[in-house]
Amino acid sequence: MAGEKGAISWSYKLEAALEQARSSKKWVLLDFTAAPM
Amino acid sequence: MVAFVSENFVPVRVHVREQADEFKRLGERYGAQWTPTILLINPAGEERYRIEGFLPTEDFLAQLSLGLAHDAFAKSNFAEAERRFADIVERYPDTEAAAEALYWAGVARYKATDDPSALAETARQFKKRYQKSSWAKKASVWDRDEGSAATARQ
Repeated sequence: MAGEKGAISWSYKLEAALEQARSSKKWVLLDFTAAPM
Repeated sequence: MVAFVSENFVPVRVHVREQADEFKRLGERYGAQWTPTILLINPAGEERYRIEGFLPTEDFLAQLSLGLAHDAFAKSNFAEAERRFADIVERYPDTEAAAEALYWAGVARYKATDDPSALAETARQFKKRYQKSSWAKKASVWDRDEGSAATARQ
């Protein structure tokens, strides 16, 4: 993802993120990446 | 960018090598063949918008905003869609997304009001900015008269 990569608090499990998205009325931003983690 | 992402999304990262199994599973599910590929996924798990390839921060934020605006439009929330599209033009005027947003802001206003002058006004705006964009070409058909605008609604 572009810019400020280290500042975002990433999740690594889509299903858990979808559950969180449903409860918080947000969307999931799914980033397929090859950047260093 | 962090604030915008946090306010609107639950961010999930899948690494092509370090999470190879997960990448294979989700890559196949969503058809991700390249990195970076960024998907906006609704709570039902449905992809609603896709960004492929690296973008500078401003362009990236504009594209994320475009995804949210298009979703409002798809749900027939035309007033919200117009507001979101217009906000992109105002906040990120130098991005490629801005021309697309200007186009769709006009369409959303037209859909909300059923007033073809919204399209004609959008075409006039494209004579002042983003003249070389494909969106200016698409909007040019609205500049003739209201009859042309009515044709465009079909």
